[in-house]
Amino acid sequence: MRSLFSRELRSRLGDSALVISTGAATLLVLIILAIIVGDVVHHGAARFSWEFLSTAPSQGMTAGGVFPAIFGTVALVILMTIAVVPAGVATAIYIHEYADRESSLTRLIRVAINNLAGVPSIVFGLFGLGFFIQFVGVGIDRTLFSGHKVFGQPALIWAALTMAVLTLPVVIVATEEALRAVPRELREASLALGATRFQTVIKVVLPQATAGILTGTILAISRGAGEVAPILFTGAAYYLPQLPWQPQNQFMHLGYHVYVLATQSPDVDAGKPILYATVLVLLMVTFVLNLSAFVVRSRMRHRFAGASS
Amino acid sequence: MGREHTNRDYEQELRKLREQILLMGAKVEESITGSIRALTERDTPLAERMIAFDRNINQMEVDIDGLCLQVLARRQPVASDLRFITMALKLVTDLERIGDLGVNICERVIELNQEPPLKPYVDLPRMAEDVQRMLHDALDAFVAGDAEHAQRVIERDVNIDAYYQQIFRELLTYMMEDVRNIHRATRLQSIAKYLERIGDHATNLGEMVVFMVKGKDIRHVGKLGSVDTR
Amino acid sequence: MTEPVEASRHKLTVRNLSVFYAEKKALGPVTMDIPEKRVTALIGPSGCGKSTFLRSLNRMNELIPACRMEGVVHLDDQPIYGTGIDAVAVRRRIGMVFQRSNPFPKSIFENVAYGLRIGGLNARPELVERVERALQQAALWEEVKDRLNESALGLSGGQQQRLCIARALAVEPEVLLMDEPASALDPIATAHIEELISTLSDRYTVVIVTHNMQQAARVSDYTAFFYMGDLIEVDRTQVLFTKPSQSKTEDYITGRFG
Repeated sequence: MRSLFSRELRSRLGDSALVISTGAATLLVLIILAIIVGDVVHHGAARFSWEFLSTAPSQGMTAGGVFPAIFGTVALVILMTIAVVPAGVATAIYIHEYADRESSLTRLIRVAINNLAGVPSIVFGLFGLGFFIQFVGVGIDRTLFSGHKVFGQPALIWAALTMAVLTLPVVIVATEEALRAVPRELREASLALGATRFQTVIKVVLPQATAGILTGTILAISRGAGEVAPILFTGAAYYLPQLPWQPQNQFMHLGYHVYVLATQSPDVDAGKPILYATVLVLLMVTFVLNLSAFVVRSRMRHRFAGASS
Repeated sequence: MGREHTNRDYEQELRKLREQILLMGAKVEESITGSIRALTERDTPLAERMIAFDRNINQMEVDIDGLCLQVLARRQPVASDLRFITMALKLVTDLERIGDLGVNICERVIELNQEPPLKPYVDLPRMAEDVQRMLHDALDAFVAGDAEHAQRVIERDVNIDAYYQQIFRELLTYMMEDVRNIHRATRLQSIAKYLERIGDHATNLGEMVVFMVKGKDIRHVGKLGSVDTR
Repeated sequence: MTEPVEASRHKLTVRNLSVFYAEKKALGPVTMDIPEKRVTALIGPSGCGKSTFLRSLNRMNELIPACRMEGVVHLDDQPIYGTGIDAVAVRRRIGMVFQRSNPFPKSIFENVAYGLRIGGLNARPELVERVERALQQAALWEEVKDRLNESALGLSGGQQQRLCIARALAVEPEVLLMDEPASALDPIATAHIEELISTLSDRYTVVIVTHNMQQAARVSDYTAFFYMGDLIEVDRTQVLFTKPSQSKTEDYITGRFG
C-alpha cells in the first residue's frame, strides 16, 4: 500500500514549479500596472485638484483645467450608450431567443458580429466620416436645412453613433452570454404556464440576465471613454470655447486631449504636468467604470444566490 | 416459470420457496400414507411416530411463512410473483391443516388398534389413496404451473365425497346391528371424515394454483352472488 | 396496441400520435385515452418515450427544434394541434410540473402569481386570494404564509417542488402533467408529493411520468406501460400490477428484464 505521506519528488517539484511560474507572471502584470499608475500619479498629482476638474483650459493649454473635456467625454458616452444598448440587447435577444440556431441567416449574423469586433478602430472613424457625416449628415442638411452645413460635419451625435457601432459587438456578446446563463428550465417553466416567448423574455430571462447586460454595457462605456481613433474625424476638437449642448456641436474629449497635448502643444514642457494630470483623470475614469462593473456583477450574483453558478 | 429475474438473489429466494413448499408437501403426503398404513397394519408405534413427525410439518409452515414475509418486505413483488407469494402463504396453511388431520387419523388409529378390527378395511385405504393422489397432483400442478392439471384435481373432489357417503352408510348398518360396534364404527367414520376434509384442502390447493397461473380467482364459484371472471 | 380503457369520461384522447426527432421516430403510433379526474401513470424503462408522450400533451415538444408530430390529440372535444390552435391557450388549460423544481428567482408570492399576471390579472386582492388558494391546494400554505415575500430559492427541495405545483395550479388548469416530480426528492418529501397527488385528483386530471414502479402503483388509478417508443399496455393499476395481459409488461414490472 502506498504511503499517504510521500509523493514522487518529481510531481512535487512540478507542483511547486507551476505555482512559482504562474505567481511570477501575475507579479509581473501587477508590477507593470504599478509602474504605469505610479508614473502617472507621480507626474500628475501635482496638478490634480478640484479646480483642475472644474475649469476650462487657458493660456494655450499650459494652465487651467480639463472640465470641457470631461463634459464632452461624458456626453459622448451617454449618447453612445443610448444608441448601443437597445440595439445590442435586441440583437442578442433575437439571436438567442428567437432565431433558428441552425439556419444560415443566424450563422451569417454571428460571422458579421465577430468580424465587426475585429475591425480596427480607425476604420470605424473612416466609416463614421464617410457614412454618418458625408452621407446621412449631408442628406439631412439638404432636406431640412437647405444645404447649410449643420449636420454634414463632425459632430457629437456622429461620434456617438460611430462609437456605438464600435462597441456593438461587446454589448451583443455580453448580453448573449448573460442570456445563455439563464437556465433553460426557467424558460420552460414560464412557457408551460402559458406565457408567450415575448413574455418569457421580458419577465423571466431579462431580469435574470440584467447583471450580465449591465456588465457588458459598462465595459462598452469604458471603451467609449478611452478610444480616440474613431472620434478623430467625427467630432472631437482640440479647443472649443463652449460646451457641446447640442448634438450637432463638436466636443472636447479626454483621450483626444491627451493626444493633442502630447504631440501638438506649443510649449511641451509647460504642458507636461497638465498632460499627466489629464491622463490621471482618464485612468481614474477607466478604473472607476471597471470597478463598478465588477461591483454590479457581484451584487447581482449575491441577490440571485442559488439560481446561477 | 419463464425468464429469470435480473436480481439473482431474488431468483434464488423464489426457488428456495418453491423447494420448501414441495418438501412440505412431500412430508404431508407421507403422513397420510403413514397413518393409513398404521391402521391397516395395526401398527401403533408407526402411528405414534407419525404424530411426532407432525412437529416437522408445523415448523416448515413457520419457516416458509418467514421466507414469504421476507420476500414481500424486500422485493415488493407484483403480478405473477405477487400471486405466487400470496398463494404460497395460504398453501402452507392448508398443508399444515392436512398434517393436523393426519395426526387426528393417527389418534383414532391408536384407539382402534386396542380392539380387534371391526371389518376388513377396503374402502378406507382406497379413499386414502385417492386423496393422497389428489394432493400429489395438486403439488405437481403447482410446480409445473399447470392450471389444467389443477382443474382436474378440483373435479375429483366429488369422488372423495362419494367415498365418504358410501363408507358412512356402511358403518351406519354396523352400528345399527350391534351396539358394541358403535365405538369402533364412530372412530372409523371420523377417519373417513378427516380424509374427506383432506380432499377439500387438496381442492383448495388446486384452486390456488389456477389463480396463481391464470390470475383468475375461481374460488367459491357458484356460492357467491356473481363472479368477476375478467 | 391495446383497447382504450373505459372510464367515466375521457379528458384527453390520443389517436395515432407519433413523434419524430430529426426524422427519427421516437414514439408511436400511440392511441390512448386519459380518463378525467383520475391519476394516470406512465411507466417504462429509460428512453421508452413516456416523457416525449407527456410533453406532446401540452405542446412542449414544439420547443425542441427538428421535432415533428403526427396524429391527433383532443382535449375534451377540441384538437390541441392544428392551424389556428394557439399553443399558449393549450398550455393554460394543461399545466406542467417538471422533474427538477424550477422556481423563478422571485419571491414566493410572485412565483405563484406569475401565471396569473401573464394572463392579465394584476388586481392585488384577487391575486392574493388566488395565490393563497393555490398554495393551500399544494399543501404549502401553512409553511410559507408568513414569508410570501421571501425568495423562493430559500425553500427546501420538497417545498420548492410544491411551490412549482402551486404555481401551475394557480392558473386553474384542467389537466396537470407531472414529469417525474419526486425523483429529485428524499423519501419524506416524496411521500408529501404523493399524498398531494391523490388529493389533487379530486379536481384535476393528473398524468404522471415515473420511473419508480412502486410509486406508480401507490399513486395512480390507471397505468400505461411504454417500451421502446410503443405503448404496450394500459389498464387499471390494480389489474396491471396483479395480472398484466402482456408478457413484456409482466417482465418489466417483475424485474425480469435482461
